[in-house]
Amino acid sequence: MRDVIIVGAGPGGSAAAKYLAEKGYDVALYEKRQEIGAPKRCAEGFSLAGAKEFNLDLPKNCIRQKINSSRVYSPNGNFVEINYEVDGGCILERKVFDKWLVEEAVRKGAKVQAKTTITGLLKENGKVVGVKGEFFGEKFEERCKMLIASDGIESKISRMAGLNTACNPNLVDSGVQFEMAGIDIEDQKKIYLYFGNEIAPGGYCWVFPKGKDIANVGIGVLGRNNLPAIKYLEKFIESKKELKKGSILEVNSGGIPVGGLLQKMTLDNFLVVGDAAHQVNPIHGGGLYEAQFAGRIAAEAVDEALKRGDTSEKQLSKYNKEWWEQRGNHLRNVEKLKEVFKKLSDEDLNFLSENLKGNNLADFCEGINLKFFGKLLMKRPHLIKFAKSLF
Amino acid sequence: MFKLNEDKCLRCGGCVGICPVAALELTETGIVCNEEKCIKCGNCESFCPVAAIKIEKDKK
Repeated sequence: MRDVIIVGAGPGGSAAAKYLAEKGYDVALYEKRQEIGAPKRCAEGFSLAGAKEFNLDLPKNCIRQKINSSRVYSPNGNFVEINYEVDGGCILERKVFDKWLVEEAVRKGAKVQAKTTITGLLKENGKVVGVKGEFFGEKFEERCKMLIASDGIESKISRMAGLNTACNPNLVDSGVQFEMAGIDIEDQKKIYLYFGNEIAPGGYCWVFPKGKDIANVGIGVLGRNNLPAIKYLEKFIESKKELKKGSILEVNSGGIPVGGLLQKMTLDNFLVVGDAAHQVNPIHGGGLYEAQFAGRIAAEAVDEALKRGDTSEKQLSKYNKEWWEQRGNHLRNVEKLKEVFKKLSDEDLNFLSENLKGNNLADFCEGINLKFFGKLLMKRPHLIKFAKSLF
Repeated sequence: MFKLNEDKCLRCGGCVGICPVAALELTETGIVCNEEKCIKCGNCESFCPVAAIKIEKDKK
């Protein structure tokens, strides 16, 4: 019997695997895809402060480009810039990064297996006690004390376990991205974001450089729109002469949970982390930091539960509590801003851009200082009713 | 009926995550719909970033 089985070898799953293997537990990590880290469902932006916080000694080949600033365009073409401390962020190569994270977990003693589908769960008295899986047509069953689901937005495992993690379709960005080469980039150390209801309803377009002439060019749109996301992306690229001459090296798509944080992420012998638990920043849609953070505190809660020989939902609820205290309440504030942001017209966005400075925007993404945004929105009479939610 | 254009589908699984009745499954070859569970709400069709899904009305 394994101590812990983890399903899904993205950053959340491998973080949990690494921390638990490090503490000496018998951990297995299963990934259904044939290759860890591909295809990516990600724009690959990551904060170097996050890497430091998780003690990641990132090998050079994980990082494609160091980033020191962001430029945010409003619909009328004006922009605001956020400058970070020296090289505050980076654009990763997820194929390399994800594999490296898993290698780290293996070095600590975890067993990892790709191309392994979990087809069902073993249950006793309604509680999860193991998994049924398949590897190249060979079926297997494996029992465990704890099961961790980190299987992404589709989160099949949670639903099998009895936790309904289905996303509200109004709270999922529809995302698509081209990795493009042969494009012109003004400053390869800067990421570019473009807002506007015409170009990206409820979301934004992005250009994340991976070198001097290569970038992830993508879009996330929210809710029911006239066009599928890819058509908005094609229109965006067509409108930019520096992009439309480029070549497409890779096409990625995905759903990005931008809201609907889960109050309950645990059952007896079971918990869920990462996109599967909607642990994503609702404003910028980034989940790399959140998944690894959750993987770490999930591992702490599981460690304590296993030490006590009690993996009941009650004992594991410590993970819910810790996550909400350390991340959830903060992301809930970001979600409030997102709710207001969704209702802004292009004129409102232009107004915001004229009245915001870079540090305000950084606060905006982190859900800090909501009152400031509330006060600003109060200057637009038709926004007063939305602004109130920020006080 | 759930119709998938396999030439377009990138198998990202986003539709699976928003299906309110867990009728969709991401498999090796694409997305499979359990027609008995499907309520034809159209959420997957409007979500799909690459317009690979069509929900066709059943003929009566």
